[in-house]
Amino acid sequence: MYWRNKEQITQVMMHSEEEIYQEHVLDHSDDPYHRGRCIDATHAHEDDNPLCGDVVRVELRIQDQRVAEAWFDGEGCCISLASASMLMEELEGKTVQDVRNFGAEQMLSLFRAKLTPNRQKCCLLSWKVVQSALYSPTNDATGNGETG
Amino acid sequence: MPAVDAITPIDPHAWRTDFPILETRIRGTCPLIYLDNAATAQRPRQVIQAMVSAYEEHYANVHRGVHWLSDQSTDLYENSREKVRSFINAVHCHEVIFTAGTTAAINLVARSWGDSQVKAGDEILLTMMEHHSNLVPWQQLAERTGCTIRFIPVRDNGTLALDNIDELVTERTKIVAITAISNVLGTINPLQEIISKAHAVEAKVLVDAAQSAPHEVLDVQQLQADFVAFSGHKMMGPSGIGVLYGRETILERMPPFMGGGSMIRRVRLDGFESGDLPAKFEAGTPPIVPAIGLASAIEYLSRIGIAAIREHESLLTQRTHQLLQEVDGVRILGPGPAQTAGIVSFVLDRIHAHDVAQICDRHGVAIRAGHHCAMPLHKALGVNASNRASFYFYNTLDEVDRLAAALKDAKKIMRRA
Repeated sequence: MYWRNKEQITQVMMHSEEEIYQEHVLDHSDDPYHRGRCIDATHAHEDDNPLCGDVVRVELRIQDQRVAEAWFDGEGCCISLASASMLMEELEGKTVQDVRNFGAEQMLSLFRAKLTPNRQKCCLLSWKVVQSALYSPTNDATGNGETG
Repeated sequence: MPAVDAITPIDPHAWRTDFPILETRIRGTCPLIYLDNAATAQRPRQVIQAMVSAYEEHYANVHRGVHWLSDQSTDLYENSREKVRSFINAVHCHEVIFTAGTTAAINLVARSWGDSQVKAGDEILLTMMEHHSNLVPWQQLAERTGCTIRFIPVRDNGTLALDNIDELVTERTKIVAITAISNVLGTINPLQEIISKAHAVEAKVLVDAAQSAPHEVLDVQQLQADFVAFSGHKMMGPSGIGVLYGRETILERMPPFMGGGSMIRRVRLDGFESGDLPAKFEAGTPPIVPAIGLASAIEYLSRIGIAAIREHESLLTQRTHQLLQEVDGVRILGPGPAQTAGIVSFVLDRIHAHDVAQICDRHGVAIRAGHHCAMPLHKALGVNASNRASFYFYNTLDEVDRLAAALKDAKKIMRRA
């Protein structure tokens, strides 16, 4: 992101500052959707952000090229937990292709609250883990799951 | 250095006027409360001006020209070395090696001294509270030589567990590399005790003084350390300059680490002879103006007096401990104020360090969030990340109050109040 002048930086930062901890963000981080293990997961991936110590693991059950269930677990800040929760909710029912096409910009829009570049990393951690999980079948995922 | 009974209490407001950056209003409105001094300190106008003057009036390469300007530059650069020598009370000027910073200084020792003196089966003793820069260079040395690294553990209260020190410091120990002050816990380590144990088995000692040089009296002769490393930027100098102090007899026997200009006596097509100290360890054009800036910072520090700085930071630390203990759900990492320098790290129950720092930032309070380059220590403490407030002499008690208020606001915003 490039800022044209100091006023613009000030405006943007004040704007985003005020909006980060919105009710829906706090609701998701306090009571996340599908935080835990996915029984019968066909795909899973885990990654961390060593800079802040955040860790996210995503487990998916993919059936007939669709995400039947999406679960996450991990440790992290409010932004990374809330964004993971929102993403799990969003993913369920989507086709594998739709999930692949779900880009970083869409993830940031899904989160709604405006984030400064350094907090965008928190928001995008679970999204990155999901993208890798699509290509990471679990060992016992034979038979009915997605294998690609 | 003034005697302890002659300490005049610091009026931070009087000194703050020298620091243009401390006038900053965050997002145009909120006064900056800079509590990230352990990461880097701010610098006064005098230091900035010393560097501007050096560039505008005296700048040329050092030790190279016969021209007038080069002599000017060389004099200023070498006078800076003398200022550092006097500041740390080294015997000789050539025991002061200018480096890019603490990290570069420690790497120099691990490479030059380590590669020539350490072999498989030898042991290096560190502590579990080391900054990555006093850990990774030794891990790399272990990879190259097959030596073993051992660690002095950290107690739950954030002090070093020295009960088994005699089992850790043995005839296999070649070097003990230890921080003077933990950059996370603020713990002031008992260097003297560890150094005499190490010397009793003829092990060398490197002291990472990055956190202590700006705040504590550093007398290398009294300390009897073999190597001491510190950075300019944490003591109001610029970044890109640091110091390695080494005892003359040890430095003389060490091979050069980096090759290049300046560090040689003569070069033939089939080889070279290294130059004398300190040039032997200063290959290439050195950080000339940063060294001049560091010397100016030392002058400024001496005007305030290290003892007075220590005293003032102690007041700030006590107040911080007191106010933080009044906030429900705060866990302070590290020992009480009596055993710590001006660093207080803490975690808030069920609020991530990044969220705490983000909300503090709304109040203009700049604190650190993360692992502060000490991941193994955080693991030992059982936390992923923490917040850290770190002080300098220009911080005020009022700023500590603002930090406490910001933390209470963080609890409210995150619905933990």
